[in-house]
Amino acid sequence: MLMMNTPGGGPYQIASWPAEDIKAHIGFMINFSKQLSAAGELVGAEGLSGPDQAKRVRAGVNGEPITDGVFPESKEFLAGYWIVDVESPERAYAIAAQASAAPGPGGKPLNMPIEVRQVMSGPPPDWKP
Amino acid sequence: MIARLDDHAQDLLRDLAPQVLGVLLRRYRDFGGCEDAVQEALTAAAMQWPNQGMPDNPKAWLITVATRRLTDQIRADTARRLREQLVVSLVPADQQIALAADAAGINERDETLDLYFMCCHPALSSASQIALTLRAVGGLTTAEIARAFLVPEATMAQRLTRAKQAIKSAGAAFPELTPADRADRLPAVLKVIYLIFNEGYTTSTGDTLYRVDLAAEAIRVARLLSQLMPDDPEVGGLLALMLLTDARRAARTGPHGELIPLDEQDRSQWDRARVSEGQRILQHALARGATGPYQIQAAIAALHDEAASSDETDWAQIRGLYALLLRFQDSPMARLSHAVAHAMVEGPAAGLAALDQLGVDPHFAANHRLDAVRAHLLERAGDREAAIRCYRQAAQRTTSMPERNYLLLHAARLSDYG
Repeated sequence: MLMMNTPGGGPYQIASWPAEDIKAHIGFMINFSKQLSAAGELVGAEGLSGPDQAKRVRAGVNGEPITDGVFPESKEFLAGYWIVDVESPERAYAIAAQASAAPGPGGKPLNMPIEVRQVMSGPPPDWKP
Repeated sequence: MIARLDDHAQDLLRDLAPQVLGVLLRRYRDFGGCEDAVQEALTAAAMQWPNQGMPDNPKAWLITVATRRLTDQIRADTARRLREQLVVSLVPADQQIALAADAAGINERDETLDLYFMCCHPALSSASQIALTLRAVGGLTTAEIARAFLVPEATMAQRLTRAKQAIKSAGAAFPELTPADRADRLPAVLKVIYLIFNEGYTTSTGDTLYRVDLAAEAIRVARLLSQLMPDDPEVGGLLALMLLTDARRAARTGPHGELIPLDEQDRSQWDRARVSEGQRILQHALARGATGPYQIQAAIAALHDEAASSDETDWAQIRGLYALLLRFQDSPMARLSHAVAHAMVEGPAAGLAALDQLGVDPHFAANHRLDAVRAHLLERAGDREAAIRCYRQAAQRTTSMPERNYLLLHAARLSDYG
């Protein structure tokens, strides 16, 4: 799982970019997903709505949901993720590096941090508890 | 290489699916069992026809195969139940006799028609109604429906199983449908078809290679329904509405799946054949005299389709039609559309004043479409700063990725050229 994080504290920064840069960024992301999909490596990908729409929910004493509003103090927020099915961790890192270099303002690579995590599997076929 | 059914045979199979299911249901009643049996018969046809050739009477072939599967299933179930010493039939004995002996009085048209009503059973959630309609009436496989809604096949299989169980448990409360029952429940059926259409129409992200075309599927299902109820004006209205909307499909998205709003679309890309078919069906429906919300919305779509540009659109008539629509269904979206038409007739300031009234409703005040329309009107009124704010606000609130991208780009363009 490749997780793309964005700074917290408000709406996505992309909102304040010039139109050409937004266009380039969106074009990159769409193309990136298409390539992963064509290579048979993409399991799933989602973009998430902005941090300002996020809610944090906890169960109360009786299990009822207690909703907290948005969290401006959070440093980082998950903006979206890809799940890829690849042969090796190295391949996952290579894909993550491509995503990290998505174009930002002025077309310069953002080099944003992408967190790579292994999705755990079910029990092995010969597993006997 | 495995031989495959050609497109013609596939279309035929899917047209026959609801008819065959209707026949089986009349005889055996058990919706879940009949539905599974028809799916198996369709699969058997897809495997056997390419090699053995199509039977002389495909429908009879399917009925025979499906009935055989169903009786095998019933036998197996009965054996199991006997073992469990629970000899309880799902269908009361008197009804079994009546149904088996009696084939007269009810025609096949009604059998197929009742399928629509069963799939849109009030005991089901609308997600289940949609899935079941696509499977039982549309003849799609579980895997195809799952792909269409981008959920795992197991999830969709579960949803279908739950739906069939819900119908079974509500079954006792639902005797034969009378024409009056059908009239009562028709709006639910039309709504489900329209939801299927909208799902297909609004979620297209450009990557439609593996997705079943839900908009086309909804149109196909509505066509079948209009063959069964050719004189119902709202059935015609819905079919016309979908055709007149779908006609703009090619112009609606750019190469990256980005949304192109109506006033910026290349109208030469609109499908003229679809437009004229929709207009013809709409005329026929309107001539019946019983106006309803689908006919009104179709008439609005037709006015857009007929105009050479946004400026040449008959906005005054569209405003009048929205006012009429509001008398049938007073929804926030209809009121918003009315305000837009009002602005097109009277200018942006009048439109903004109308929006302020709408925003008073707390359920609607935070809706991204309200922000988007306000942004557009502010832009036209020359208030660039406020327009940018509203576009960005709308972009934050929408949950649709293509829509968000469109709104962000719009705000950025305004900001760039400021």
